Parts: sequence; C-alpha cells; structure tokens
Amino acid sequence: MKKYIVWIFFLAGSYSTSGQSTPDARLIISRIDENMSSRNRVILSDMIIHGRRNERILTAKTYAAGDNRSMTEYLAPEREEGTKMLKLEDRLWIYSPASDRTIQISGHLLKQSVMGSDLSYEDMMEDRKMTAIYDAQVIRNEQISGRDCWVLELNAKVPDVAYEKRVVWVDKIRYVPLQEELYAKSGQMLKKTTLSEVKQIQGRWFPTRINYKDMLKQGEGTDYIIREVAFDTDIPDYIFTKAVLTK
Amino acid sequence: MKLAFQLAYRNLLGAGLRTWLNVGVLSFAFVIIIFYNGWIDGWNQQARRDSIAWQYGFGQLQVATFDPFDPFSITDAHAALPAEDDHLTPVLLRLGTLYPQGRTMSIVVKGIDVNQTVVDLPTSALTASKSDLPAIIGEQMALASHLKTGDEVLLRWRDIHGTFDAATVTIAGVFPNQVPGIDKGQIWVPLKKLQDMTLMPDEATYFIADANFQHTEIAGWKYRSQEDLLYEINNIIKMKKMGGSVMYLLLLAIALLAIFDTQVLSVFRRQKEIGTYISLGMTRQQVVGLFTVEGAMTSIFAAVLGALYGTPLLGWIAHTGIAVPMNSQDLGIPIADRMYPVFGLGLILATLMLVVISATIVSFLPSRKIAKMDPVQALKGKIQ
Repeated sequence: MKKYIVWIFFLAGSYSTSGQSTPDARLIISRIDENMSSRNRVILSDMIIHGRRNERILTAKTYAAGDNRSMTEYLAPEREEGTKMLKLEDRLWIYSPASDRTIQISGHLLKQSVMGSDLSYEDMMEDRKMTAIYDAQVIRNEQISGRDCWVLELNAKVPDVAYEKRVVWVDKIRYVPLQEELYAKSGQMLKKTTLSEVKQIQGRWFPTRINYKDMLKQGEGTDYIIREVAFDTDIPDYIFTKAVLTK
Repeated sequence: MKLAFQLAYRNLLGAGLRTWLNVGVLSFAFVIIIFYNGWIDGWNQQARRDSIAWQYGFGQLQVATFDPFDPFSITDAHAALPAEDDHLTPVLLRLGTLYPQGRTMSIVVKGIDVNQTVVDLPTSALTASKSDLPAIIGEQMALASHLKTGDEVLLRWRDIHGTFDAATVTIAGVFPNQVPGIDKGQIWVPLKKLQDMTLMPDEATYFIADANFQHTEIAGWKYRSQEDLLYEINNIIKMKKMGGSVMYLLLLAIALLAIFDTQVLSVFRRQKEIGTYISLGMTRQQVVGLFTVEGAMTSIFAAVLGALYGTPLLGWIAHTGIAVPMNSQDLGIPIADRMYPVFGLGLILATLMLVVISATIVSFLPSRKIAKMDPVQALKGKIQ
C-alpha cells in the first residue's frame, strides 16, 4: 500500500504542466521515483476489506517520512484499536495491545495478508526505485474514467522483483496514476489497482480512493480511502522508534 | 494351597449369582481392555505401514534447514545433491496458492520424479496426461478444493527470486489414500516441470530412500531414518493409548470395586466359617489366602467367560474391521477408512495379568481383617 501512496504522492507533486506529446516513460518513472517531494506526511485513512459475507472497515493514522520510515496506528474498530505497525528501512514490527507483544514481521511472514486485506506486508516493504528495477515505455494512449492517459509498461530488469510486469495508466494532465495492473511471468494478471476520486490538496493532485484487487480470487478487493492528509508537518522523531509501539 | 483352590472353587460356585455378577462385569472389562488396545495396535500398524508405503519410504535425506512442521522453512530449503544416487527419489517443495472456484487455498506444490517407484503415489498419471502442467491430488485435497480429475485450476507460485508466476494446472488424477502427509493442502506435479517453473534445476527439498540406500554424511543434508520419521506417529499413538486407558481403567475399577465389596461382605458374613477353618487347624494366614484365592479365581472365571464370548466377537471385528468416519482424517495421522484391530498374544497375556493381579490385590485387602479375628468370637458369629 505504501508504494501506491508513494506513487500518489509523487504524481500529485509532479508536473501539472504536461503537454499532450508522449514523454519518455523513463522520465515519468524517474520523476515518480524522485519526486517524493514531501518531507513527510500524515494520513488518516479507512481500509475497507470486502469479505465474502461481510466487510470490515479499519481506520488508521499513518505517519511517514521519506521512503523508509512509517508508523501506522489503527484507531478502529475496537478489536484492532491500538495495533501499531512500524517500518524502519527493511524491518517491520507489529504491536498488538491484546497480547501486549511486539512482533517483528520478517522473512516469509511478509507474504501474509495485512489485517485480512488483499495487501501483503511485502507490498508495503518495496523501497527500491522503480527505475532501478523496471524498464519502462509508453505503449499507448487510452482513456480511463474519461481522462486521457498514457499507458506505461514496466518490465523487470532485475530478477528479484515480485511482479515481472506492471502496466500503469497515468493521467496526462494531472500525472496521477489511475490504474495499475500487476502481472506474473506467464502474463497472467495477478492484481489490479484502481485509483479514483482525485483531489487537489496542498497544491497536489492525488487520488483519495484506491481499490486493490487480487484478480485470481472472487470478491471486490480492498478499498483504501484517504480521509485526511497533511504534508510536511512536524512529526517528532520518537514516532519512528520502537518505543512508540507500546505507548 | 491345593485345598485353598478347591475350597475357593466350591465357595465361588456356591455363592451363585453374586459370583457370576462379579465375573460378568470383570469379563466385560477384560474384553474391552483387549479390544481397545487391539484397536490402537491395529491403527499403529496400519499408520506405520501406510506412512512407509506412501510417504517415508526407507528414510529421507533432507536439506538441513528443512523442517516438515514449519511450512515457512520450505522457501529456503532446496539444494542440489553433489552426486546422483540411484537409490534416492528427489522431491522438491514450493509454497503456492491455488484458486479453485475463485477461492484462495495456500498449498505446498510438490514435485516428484514421475518414474519413481519408491512410494505408492500414482505418478504414472502425470506422464499419461497431455496437459502442460498436470497434477495429482489426494482424496482429502480433492474434497477440500472441490476438484476432480480433468478439472483445471489456477496455480500461483514464486520462482527462486521471489517473482510471481501463475499457470493453469490440470488435475490428472485423484488418488485414494489414508496419509494426510501426502494429501492435505498439497498437489503433486512432475519434478522437472516444477524445477523449470521455479528456476531450480536439479534441486530438491528431500530425497526418499529405497531399501538399498546406504547413507554417508553429506554437508548441508541430514538423514532421517524410517524409525526417526515414524517417531511422531509413535508418539501420537502412545498418547491415544494413554488417553483411552483412562476409560478402560475406570471400567476395570468398577469391576474391582464389585469384587472388593463382595470380599468385605464375605469377611463380615462368613465369620462362623472363618472360625471353623481356624478351629479345624488352618492358620489365620491360610484363611486369608483362601479368601484371596477366591477373589483371584473370580478373575480367572472372568477370563474364561470373556474368552467364551470375546473370542468370536473380537475375531469377527478383526476380520471385518471397523469403519472410520471420513472426517477422522483431520487428526493428521494416517487413518484407514476401515481399521482392523490386531489382538496379539502379548496383549492378551498382559491384560490377563493385569486383571488377575489387580483382582488378587483387591481381594487380599479386605481379607487382612481375618488375621486379627478371635476364632472363638468368630465361631460364635459375633461381629468383630
């Protein structure tokens, strides 16, 4: 999820002066990678997990600084209230108030689902720059939800990536990704991300609703809705320490 | 002593219904103990036999980091053997996700040499299939995934670098078996295919040894003998045996309590008889011995009675077996759909000893009171 937020933040902060000519895809990706323009951000969000019989809504507040540090505290429902996740570089910890224990999520546990959603912890952990792991090219122009988009195809250029190929639809005017598809080596589409409700906040365009869907299984996937977001605020350093988990 | 046996025999027959009630209850406990232990022994033998035939072979050579009880160890537990050995059948394990009817099932994908003969897995079905990616699954897996022969289902896995890949698997066969270790939550595919899919040429997670395999130490690999692999099954069986013993020991305790009560009553009601024995020259200890022999003889009668109806009954059960419900497979140990108890001579003799010794002890305990009796008062029939 963090990666998509990274994309959102980059794209929202990138050019709003784009012309209609096709730019170099690497340049777009490079700007996506580089443009983490906000020093930090605080996000209040809802994650709606659509199950087979019911749906769960998790409310969380996330503090993030750069690519590598973030802390998420779940505020609701009551069952999850107080659960915290801390990511520092390539390490991830989860604190559960019910057991009063902090667990480091590592190795194969990273492949597990986050709170039963369609997202895995691993999806949150990818820190590498897109240009470092993918070759990109603009393959066509297409409209998504009435918006003109460039369709970028990203093919892995290093072996150790989770997805061999990604296809991203980028709004030509706002430089916002509106859709992303993740593919297996065989060409089978595995996951699809749809970004919508693009708003201008603090001078940035960015989607406030993301639907994350595992294409191999039934269901509506997981919705991630940004209720509030603030960039470049003062986040105390202690927020990104393990001590904050048990507070 | 011979006199004691003769007297005890006559006294028991003379007691009539009281004796036969005790004998009946004790014989029932006797038969139940033999039945339960025979059932567990039969289960044990079947579980060991099936595990060897379907899963363990004559031992396994495993990658040192592989832990069969930790699915997370599977990702990193793979290596190539320094030298090939004709007596070893390679098996490669990878974690995957199956999507039957749009549902998600976390599974272990197992690649095995399609020409293997060391275990009973019907791998010939993999070669017979014309599908690009054929798979065989066990009955339990078929039940859980609602898959049958000829069905196609999407499988997702990761290669050695962690990159996702997905393909459609065709179910080439569903094999009946009683071994959860090769069935639940797993599919079997051709080894070469899995090695190609995961970019792990010549690699395996473990090798199944045949009868002629000679183990020598190989760095990075650990050898687990057949007995070592069966250790868990033995432990579970032992645990089941212990748990079940509570039930039949309670039954035995009820039978022994009946004997104890009878003895207490006898010592109380047969005081004149006790006084007569002593006045005729028997020592107190001999009288105690007589009463104790009576109790012990009750257990012998019980054994004879138990043999009379238990032999045909247990023989019939051993012949026809006992049907086991399908969901009993959830125990995680091989359970056949029909279990055949095994009643060995050792089991029967051990049970006989248990019943006779325990009946003798509970007969002796109330009889000790006789040693303190005044024979004159006893002859008068006065309560002491």
